[in-house]
Amino acid sequence: MPALREPGARYAPPRVSTLGLRALLLIALSVGLMVADHRQHGLALIRSGLSAAAWPLQMLVHSPVAAWDWLSASTRTRHELLAENEALRSAARENDLKLLRLEAIEQENRRLRALVNAAPRDAERVQAATVLRVDLDRLRHRVLIDRGARDGVSRGQPVIDASGIVGQTTNVGPLAAEVILLSDPTHAVPVQVERNGLRTIAVGSGDSERLTLPYLPRNADVQVDDLLVSSGLGGVFPAGLPVARVAEVKRDPSQPLAIVSAKPAAALDRDREVLLLWIRARVALPEAEPPAAPAHEPRAKPRQAPAP
Amino acid sequence: MIGDIRNPRLMLLSVTLVALVLSAVPLPHVLDLLRPDFVLLTIIWFALMLPRAGGLAAAWLAGLALDAFHGVVLGENALAFVVVAFLVHRFHLRMRMYPLSQQALVVLVLLLLYQFLLFWIDGVTGHPANAWFRWLPVLTGALLWPVLTGFLGRIMTRS
Repeated sequence: MPALREPGARYAPPRVSTLGLRALLLIALSVGLMVADHRQHGLALIRSGLSAAAWPLQMLVHSPVAAWDWLSASTRTRHELLAENEALRSAARENDLKLLRLEAIEQENRRLRALVNAAPRDAERVQAATVLRVDLDRLRHRVLIDRGARDGVSRGQPVIDASGIVGQTTNVGPLAAEVILLSDPTHAVPVQVERNGLRTIAVGSGDSERLTLPYLPRNADVQVDDLLVSSGLGGVFPAGLPVARVAEVKRDPSQPLAIVSAKPAAALDRDREVLLLWIRARVALPEAEPPAAPAHEPRAKPRQAPAP
Repeated sequence: MIGDIRNPRLMLLSVTLVALVLSAVPLPHVLDLLRPDFVLLTIIWFALMLPRAGGLAAAWLAGLALDAFHGVVLGENALAFVVVAFLVHRFHLRMRMYPLSQQALVVLVLLLLYQFLLFWIDGVTGHPANAWFRWLPVLTGALLWPVLTGFLGRIMTRS
């Protein structure tokens, strides 16, 4: 009501809040980002840039643990070191002995494979990586390792430890890479029962001590304590690496499928050091599509693990 | 706020960085499950107390940083942060008047909304993440709120 305004008072235009508009814009931008990142993987460059930017902060998080490790390593007593040295020496002797046998078997295997015209299976290169002590999302089973694209790491590369498969790389930054663990609920690995060659798929359960084998019929020949090894199907993991040991088999007569769970062979949540494998692809896979892309799991599962 | 206030934008940046570090510090499993969403709490505080510095763009960038830091799909936290920051901005004058307990209750609702949005996006992007412990940080975050407001208010005004 202009008539009531005091003389001399300046006219103040009504304040228009652009808050809602700005929020809508940013939400639309986020949705666009998510679609681009999730559907097309079109943000590899941005992702790797962001990963590089996150690196110093992640190292900062990791550094107290690293410093503590260094401190405890440098203050070990001579006695402890001698004991450890002795243990390692005896372990090395045992390993040498095993290696001798293995070499003979390998020779024989190569000859036999040549006879049946099968392609050799080899790991081309192995590199150790340190698991950074950084807690990623608690709902996803992922760890961060200190090797990245600079060291030749690529997406979908197998990661193992001394006792079995740990997982595979997903988002690879220039200096660090994320590893999706076997126990992630969105990860599946094609396996084989070592005892009888029965093929199936081991799916992560979200519990780092348990994998599930949801696709075994009730009468499948699987027993507690069977060793599951990777079957090599899917082209990510080389065949024959230990994956898990069957821990529980439940056969419910009213269910068509057996309820089978297994305990991972690798120490998924306790590893400090892991090994990265570079394998020679036995089947030429199209370059544009990584063999397994855990970022879009529901579609990746059937592709990564052909039906047994 | 009476007294000498430090440069709000600089403080927002440094507090967010500290919160990011806290969000990834290795903790025993049980504590990890209880870990509050430090970055979001920081953003809520700045949107509430210093809305000029803690604008929506700041919330969006902080969310994006969290996405990159924790390796989730880019934009997930960014979206949820913007929604929460928008609500705080919208009602910041009202929220400031509430007693601390009631403020914590509102924060509880905001954190619940945030987790629900993440839950929803996880579902759409194919992460079956319906674990019960997803909702624990909502409680711990709301419980932490009175401590956090006291702490941040103090470091903002002391000079």
